[in-house]
Amino acid sequence: MNDVVVVDYGAGNTRSVRAALAHLGATSVVSCDPAVITDVDLVILPGVGSARSAMDHLDSTGAAQALRDRFETGAPILGICLGMQLALEHSDEDGGVDGIGLLSGSVHRMTEGRVPRLGWATVEPWGDAYYFAHSYAAHCPDGVATSEGVTVAVERGSFFGVQFHPEKSGTAGLAFLERCLSPV
Amino acid sequence: MPLARLIPCLDVAHGRVVKGVNFVGLRDVGDPVELAKFYSDGGADELVFLDITATPEESATMTTVVADVADVLEIPFTVGGGVRSVEDAIRIIESGADRVSLNSAALADPSLISAIARRYGSQAVVVAIDAGDGVVHTHGGRVVTATKTIPWAVEAASRGAGEILLTSISHDGRREGFDLVLTAAVRDAVSVPVIASGGAGSAAHVADALRITDAALIASIVHENPAGLPGLRREIQDLGIQLRPMRELI
Repeated sequence: MNDVVVVDYGAGNTRSVRAALAHLGATSVVSCDPAVITDVDLVILPGVGSARSAMDHLDSTGAAQALRDRFETGAPILGICLGMQLALEHSDEDGGVDGIGLLSGSVHRMTEGRVPRLGWATVEPWGDAYYFAHSYAAHCPDGVATSEGVTVAVERGSFFGVQFHPEKSGTAGLAFLERCLSPV
Repeated sequence: MPLARLIPCLDVAHGRVVKGVNFVGLRDVGDPVELAKFYSDGGADELVFLDITATPEESATMTTVVADVADVLEIPFTVGGGVRSVEDAIRIIESGADRVSLNSAALADPSLISAIARRYGSQAVVVAIDAGDGVVHTHGGRVVTATKTIPWAVEAASRGAGEILLTSISHDGRREGFDLVLTAAVRDAVSVPVIASGGAGSAAHVADALRITDAALIASIVHENPAGLPGLRREIQDLGIQLRPMRELI
């Protein structure tokens, strides 16, 4: 059994991430307590809410600093959607918000195609299709995968972030989450 | 652009799936959780649940359905019907739905769209428009308003709707194909995705809609034979529409 913390932003849906983890046999809790974030096998920053309210909550609870400290120790963190975007230095969302800053780079509103970008799209070079629902996209030197020209996965040190929702991406998403759990 | 989406719509009353579903092959007739899982396994890209009773007394029942569905479903789902306030949206999204769909309530108070979008992002807000003769209808098509369809779609998107679910009243239930003219007109007027709804009677109808827009809502075509969804997907793909690859169905 794995111990996973799904970080609580104070608003939004963490239920689906936890259900997917349970499906894979991992035990999880929802918390923003710095002590809990430090002492666990895997931390997941889920993709819920808006950038400003999420960062306000992470800053005021001490969770943002706990995530930086955890990153320094090399302990794994997975960011999903907004959770990936918040790990960068800055987002244009909500008039401009500073992120946690684990990775360099910034988040900008998408200008091509229909926005929000909603639906399933193939991720290269992995080959599988995953579910996306986003209006902003990461611009980051640590990109490791793209979808239709958008950076959709970033990796630096012990942080891995994805723009898609693995918990909403059927068997491909579950297989991805399983890989995230396996080194734990 | 992401791949075209096929979205079965389930009508729910008193916590049970109703209207036109042929339950052959399902253990529990009308259980929304089992049917959701069945459609998800069969290749639905998303689901829509429409609470057709949508009285305040029923809201607790629907919240339970949403939570139960969220616990088993690994694809996105939208909940509509009975979302009349920000509090209703919070209750549904925090129970596990990805998005809420607003219809009459958004027309009565368009600021509801922006209030929910501010909290959860535009991708969490769908505005459903029932359109006929160029104007918006409400209350399941019974009330004809003076609001013109295209300007309302534009206003909804500008206020933060992340998607328009467009039902053509004249085509709905007839199974003679989607209203492609109306769908294209709304698609051209907004920059958010548009789901075509009303009229699917064959794979060719769905393919026609998916050639001009992002997603198609399907109801009776799949409800009368839930086990036929993978076959319907293949037929649509054979007509040249790219749907998501499903390795579990190979």
